Amino acid sequence: MEKEKSWFGKLVENYGLPRLIITLFLLLLLVLCPFVGADLPTQISNIIARFSWNGILVLAMVPMVHSGCGLNFGLPLGIISGLLGATLSIELGFTGPVSFLAAIVIATPFALVFGTGYGWLLNRIKGGEMMIATYVGFSSVSMMCMMWLILPYHSPNMVWGLSGKGLRTTITLEGYYNQVLANFLRIRIGKLVIPTGTLLFFALLALCIWAFLHTKTGTAMTAVGSNPVFARAAGINVDKIRLLSVVMSTWLAAIGILVYEQGFGFIQLYMAPFYMALPAVSAILIGGATVNKATILNVISGTILFQGIVTMTPTVMNNIIHTDMSEVIRIIASNGMILYALTRKTEGTK
Amino acid sequence: MSSQNAPLLEMKQISKDFFGNQVLSDINLTLNEGEVIGLVGENGAGKSTLMRILFGSTMIHETGGYGGHVIINGEEVSFNSPFDAIGAGIGMVHQEFSLIPGFTTTENILLNREPVKKNVASDIFGDRLDTLNRAEMDDRASKAIELMGVDIDKKMVISNMPVGHKQFTEIARELSKEQLRILILDEPTAVLTEKEAEALLESIRGMAKRGIAIIFITHRLQEILAVCNRVVVMRDGVVVKDTPAEETDVQQITKWMVGREVSGGSGASVRSHEDAKDILSIEKLWVDMPGETVRNVNLTVKEGEILGIGGLAGQGKLGIPNGIMGLYQAGGRVVFEGNEIPLNEPRKCLDSSFAFVSEDRRGVGLLLDESLEWNIAFPSMQIQNKYLKNYLGGLVKWRDEKAIREITEKYIDELAIRCTSSKQKARELSGGNQQKVCLAKAFALSPRLLFVSEPTRGIDVGAKALVLEALRRFNRENGVTIVMVSSELEELRQSCDRIAIVSGGRIAGILPANASVEDLGALMLSQVK
Repeated sequence: MEKEKSWFGKLVENYGLPRLIITLFLLLLLVLCPFVGADLPTQISNIIARFSWNGILVLAMVPMVHSGCGLNFGLPLGIISGLLGATLSIELGFTGPVSFLAAIVIATPFALVFGTGYGWLLNRIKGGEMMIATYVGFSSVSMMCMMWLILPYHSPNMVWGLSGKGLRTTITLEGYYNQVLANFLRIRIGKLVIPTGTLLFFALLALCIWAFLHTKTGTAMTAVGSNPVFARAAGINVDKIRLLSVVMSTWLAAIGILVYEQGFGFIQLYMAPFYMALPAVSAILIGGATVNKATILNVISGTILFQGIVTMTPTVMNNIIHTDMSEVIRIIASNGMILYALTRKTEGTK
Repeated sequence: MSSQNAPLLEMKQISKDFFGNQVLSDINLTLNEGEVIGLVGENGAGKSTLMRILFGSTMIHETGGYGGHVIINGEEVSFNSPFDAIGAGIGMVHQEFSLIPGFTTTENILLNREPVKKNVASDIFGDRLDTLNRAEMDDRASKAIELMGVDIDKKMVISNMPVGHKQFTEIARELSKEQLRILILDEPTAVLTEKEAEALLESIRGMAKRGIAIIFITHRLQEILAVCNRVVVMRDGVVVKDTPAEETDVQQITKWMVGREVSGGSGASVRSHEDAKDILSIEKLWVDMPGETVRNVNLTVKEGEILGIGGLAGQGKLGIPNGIMGLYQAGGRVVFEGNEIPLNEPRKCLDSSFAFVSEDRRGVGLLLDESLEWNIAFPSMQIQNKYLKNYLGGLVKWRDEKAIREITEKYIDELAIRCTSSKQKARELSGGNQQKVCLAKAFALSPRLLFVSEPTRGIDVGAKALVLEALRRFNRENGVTIVMVSSELEELRQSCDRIAIVSGGRIAGILPANASVEDLGALMLSQVK
């Protein structure tokens, strides 16, 4: 007979010791906040805001993890689809909330086409998906660095002022879709701000993915990830399901970056997409996902933990040592989290 | 032969279990100088395990060691690694070659034991920079080849050689070790042509004359009779017979190998389906399944019967269901109830209401990390749209968790699957219970024809009986035709109506299940290549 475990033992087993430590660390930071002179409600608003920006990008990991394609290091490809949607929407003269819808509509065909090509490639290199995905991400970013300069954009809000051609690195969304979701039903309680609309939008997409995983095709996707040979023996077209998952991931990444931009207020081009994949990968891993298992709950808890640590650590540390080192500490904390998360990557594999 | 002296090798009361699964018990074996013994037995009888113990395989230690004593030249030894065994004068030639393709015969024979010359660099920097003494290497290789009594080119590169010569190179490598006294040959003739095999047998005789003791493992019984002094027959982990070779014949050995005298239970329930219509006919089937190649199989299955497919490992019996179900590249013609089934498309077979329980339970048969519910319901859900709720006019097919749980619980009861709940992960079940899950999965498809491959491999006796009983019941009550592939002849004889024996990738013959063990055994060995 197995020995009865204490409640703590059970907690560690279910929740995972590393995740428990990170959670306690985040709580410690929150508790320290008032003592070091940082404003707690502002900090909490910060965490919620960053969660709302990043949630969908992390959610984009889920379909590919389920189908056994591993973590989507090729996230920049989807992000580029989103950026194309965003810039084209502005170029075509849409403004206000409509420009957000237009961006989604325009980004979708790009995401479908890129996702299909990317999925086709991943089906050819089964077993080495994550490595190839990383380089697909890298090379697509570099490719687009050239394209942003060459493509014939004319909107004065986006091109370089002097030459009149080539897109700027950062484009403000003022007058377009800045805060368009966040302002919907926004709640303010003193200094605490909750961007309800963005959270609802995330919830809607998360619900869709959750529901999809409960359908026949979604079940097949999970089975393909769990044991592709089993799925094949049950008559499933493994390649088709994997392709579908890659397209879904890519599309979610496109939508994810648009939501990120509306919160952040700017479109960032050129090398910016380069740095988006690793935080998303890390967040889902910290949330307790493994290379072939991920749930919506992993996405939510992982994003909160990751973004929480990344925003809180610099603030608290800064206030303790009274020097402005926030950027340095932010880099150390976020890369440290990424490093930690990637070491967890092999856990739970077959 | 010097039987009055102390024997060269004695193995006393050897026993071995793998995590409670007894594979060898109370094995006693003696070997004298210059003696050749033939070790025979069905696959899984324990021959390889016994030889691994003798050769000090690390795998034996990793799985908890063995019981009993190994005595060489009157001294008890216990090898921790094959190096110890080689040091004590034991050589082994494995079924798979371990040669370097780009090296010549000589280089392979003397690898890492090359005679060397000193040179300036090695004087300064040490022995590792010694030059190879090519002349002496040639000399020693020639001697080893000569000892074997076969002529092979010692300058030829391995990758250019016919398989037979590779085998001889392996043997020559063992012979070139001066301390060699006991040589274990594990199915050395399996890859040889008749003529090469004959040459090998000749060299075995020659080596024995020079005083080397040889343990010869093979499935070709004629070879045993031709060269061995004694025959040792193993079955289910015990030595059932140890007898001088001249006092026996192929018939008798076969009988010892495959089993007891005809036991009462089997054959009693054999039914004849001669009048039944052909439900499945297979013509000119070939399957490219590694290690289980099917060359040319013609077979007809009658409606409502249980057809057994037996044969030795590697002869192609597993390739038949795997090929038809589209898991390995296959060709030929398969006709089911008058319709031709396209090969290499798993979906088409499943749509024609075939089901398959794979021999590779953990690899193909189960979603180890998912619940029993998923394992049992998944194929039916995907293939037949069972256990789904339709919304929006069939656009959304939602998993019906309640129906899935019900069907799972039904099979848990029916097949007595031991588990904590229907939500338990398949990985956590024992082998026997996993097998029952695989059966439940196939039963849930309500197939017209069920292929079952090695249904009792690696499960305990109790579960074995339950699994076979479940199959029989499924056949009798639901009228499902079953094709059952198994290495265990006894099991086929108990469960089936007819038994087809596969040998050399072809059907060697089909007999009623109550045919004698000798006849079935003879078929098994008839076309072994």
